[in-house]
Amino acid sequence: MSEQDQILNEVTSSEYKYGFYTDVESDKVPPGLNEDVIRMISAKKNEPEWMTEWRLDAFKIWQGMAEPEWANVHYKKPDFQAISYYSAPKKKQINGLDEVDPELLKTFEKLGISLDEQKRLTGVAMDVVVDSVSVATTFKKTLAEKGIIFCSMSEAIQEYPELIKKYLGTVVPKTDNFYAALNSAVFTDGSFCYIPKGVRCPMELSTYFRINESGTGQFERTLVVADESSYVSYLEGCTAPQRDENQLHAAVVELVAMDDAEIKYSTVQNWFPGDAEGKGGVFNFVTKRGICERGAKISWTQVETGSAVTWKYPSCILKGDNSVGEFYSVAVTNNYQQADTGTKMIHLGKNTKSTIVSKGISAGHSHNSYRGLVRMGPRAINARNFSQCDSLLMGDRCGAHTFPYIEVKHPSARMEHEATTSKIGEDQIFYCQQRGLDMEAAIALIVNGYCKDVLNQLPMEFAVEAQKLLAISLEGSVG
Amino acid sequence: MLEIVNLHASVDGQPILKGINLRIGAGEVHAIMGPNGSGKSTLSNVIAGREDYEITEGDIRFHGESILELAPEERAHLGVFLSFQYPVEIPGVTVSNFIKTAINESKKARGEEPLDASSMLKKMREKMDLLEMDKGFLSRSLNEGFSGGEKKRNEIFQMAMLEPTLAILDETDSGLDIDALRIVANGVNALRSPQNAFMVITHYQRLLDHIVPDYVHVLFKGKIVKSGDKSLALDLEERGYDWIKKEQE
Repeated sequence: MSEQDQILNEVTSSEYKYGFYTDVESDKVPPGLNEDVIRMISAKKNEPEWMTEWRLDAFKIWQGMAEPEWANVHYKKPDFQAISYYSAPKKKQINGLDEVDPELLKTFEKLGISLDEQKRLTGVAMDVVVDSVSVATTFKKTLAEKGIIFCSMSEAIQEYPELIKKYLGTVVPKTDNFYAALNSAVFTDGSFCYIPKGVRCPMELSTYFRINESGTGQFERTLVVADESSYVSYLEGCTAPQRDENQLHAAVVELVAMDDAEIKYSTVQNWFPGDAEGKGGVFNFVTKRGICERGAKISWTQVETGSAVTWKYPSCILKGDNSVGEFYSVAVTNNYQQADTGTKMIHLGKNTKSTIVSKGISAGHSHNSYRGLVRMGPRAINARNFSQCDSLLMGDRCGAHTFPYIEVKHPSARMEHEATTSKIGEDQIFYCQQRGLDMEAAIALIVNGYCKDVLNQLPMEFAVEAQKLLAISLEGSVG
Repeated sequence: MLEIVNLHASVDGQPILKGINLRIGAGEVHAIMGPNGSGKSTLSNVIAGREDYEITEGDIRFHGESILELAPEERAHLGVFLSFQYPVEIPGVTVSNFIKTAINESKKARGEEPLDASSMLKKMREKMDLLEMDKGFLSRSLNEGFSGGEKKRNEIFQMAMLEPTLAILDETDSGLDIDALRIVANGVNALRSPQNAFMVITHYQRLLDHIVPDYVHVLFKGKIVKSGDKSLALDLEERGYDWIKKEQE
């Protein structure tokens, strides 16, 4: 109730709320991409030879690829030679919070995610990525006692090379797609997480991304490995400062869920969406995929309110028998934002199950597409899928599109697909107003109700933030 | 309390209300009757501030001040409540969440502190008992899958929670069986006080057996053509509207 109030209070503030930028000295390579730049990134990070070679191999693959054009989005393609591929805050080697750049800490305070508070109050362990380099990692000790590894990708390459060699690129290979290849060549940091056999991770693991430097791309790489019968819930939040030019974000997330393991991966994405005229904003081209072994479960939940252009399909490969994949998504587009997002559920094993719940909300001049593939392979006996794709339109200048792809190769498969398109009715708004809610509060309430099935999947503290974001991103969209 | 002066209103250029005059004082119950299409629902929507209607002439005053320029929520904050003839569904929003939000938004607008969770719950329980409602009701999605009777009862429940000074009941009796009608009427009667007033729109005398009005008005072709006490409603029940129509022609 008081939360609701706060949310509604914040609705009255407008413009992109996180549009300040932190004045931190940073170590940035000149724009452009070639083998030398990749070697330089690798050298700056003191990477072993095998990693440098891995990157160079990816770069070669990338050079032979073309940018995908099948998505229902239109934008000016980034000039990949004009981007700086590495930007790290100077003064690394941090042993505690007191050594973190105070400017940076202020940034976190403005975002309402002061690490201290996070540590004390929420028990969330955070790996904070600002412009691609992990700055501080908390709760490492508590986790270490359980044998859980949670660290930056750079550290993992140094400390756990065997695990990285074994799993990196196994779910999203370098050859997968244009952006995945680019990411493999130039990723600067990200998070690595390993949960040992039979361990239930006692806290939500969280990474906070933020693009700070102008003209930089952010290429993080996340790898989560849940060993047999383990469980982990992983949260990812994203913001970016307000800038005129478009910033590129091309991340890769790989999840490995071994026999009977469970991974819950939640994202609240709030990159700068561009201004009301469609200028600026982040291009969010992300590849996320998980693989489920026997009896394993992967659940993706995403609340996407930001970015000028979103191209993103968190997917599950249900390789093992009895494995389960879930995808819960809310995607909001306003003004001139474009989103083409959805999921792929690849059923390979017997008795595999998947659930897709997608809620699209379009306002302003925006376009919002759901694109999903459900494939049931020839050995996927008794595979089952349930899909629900709903679209909500606000105003008459926006668009909602649904592209479901279905491929079934075994007769025992069962699929259900439900889709609805609705508009926020004037009747609903008037009803709320008659009870004392103003227009913004009415819309926030109606939209949150509409997204409830997805928001319920989020951990508590994230659900509250997501509700606020929904309200903020739809400000002024009706009326 | 409410003063309607020579009110003319139209929808899409089509005049519906053609000079309504009505005064409702504190403590009073006024019944508005009339054949279909006479403008009863338009009148209630116009008082509540719905935008689809254009006021072409006249005024609506609440406690002496014109409310024509006020948004619907501002009128609600002043204590105007409309029990809808067709309450809308809002999927995913529970009855309790909706009422909490409504009460606290109104309190905020009046500069009052929000009601704390335990007082809220206590009040909800109290009002639910009054309306003989099931506890499970609170966690259901607002009006979604509700029967006609449940929707109307939910309207009266919200009214009981919001404690308006002027409550307009737009055909609250339609779709109610005899038992539900009695319960709803009891709920309304329990809220009657010298400080608040009711405007009850209905087609049937039977509701007025339970909610006894001080005044009865007949609306016909956008005008109040007859006013009287409760015996007028009985007359209408017996003779229908034809004699009034004839009188007008």
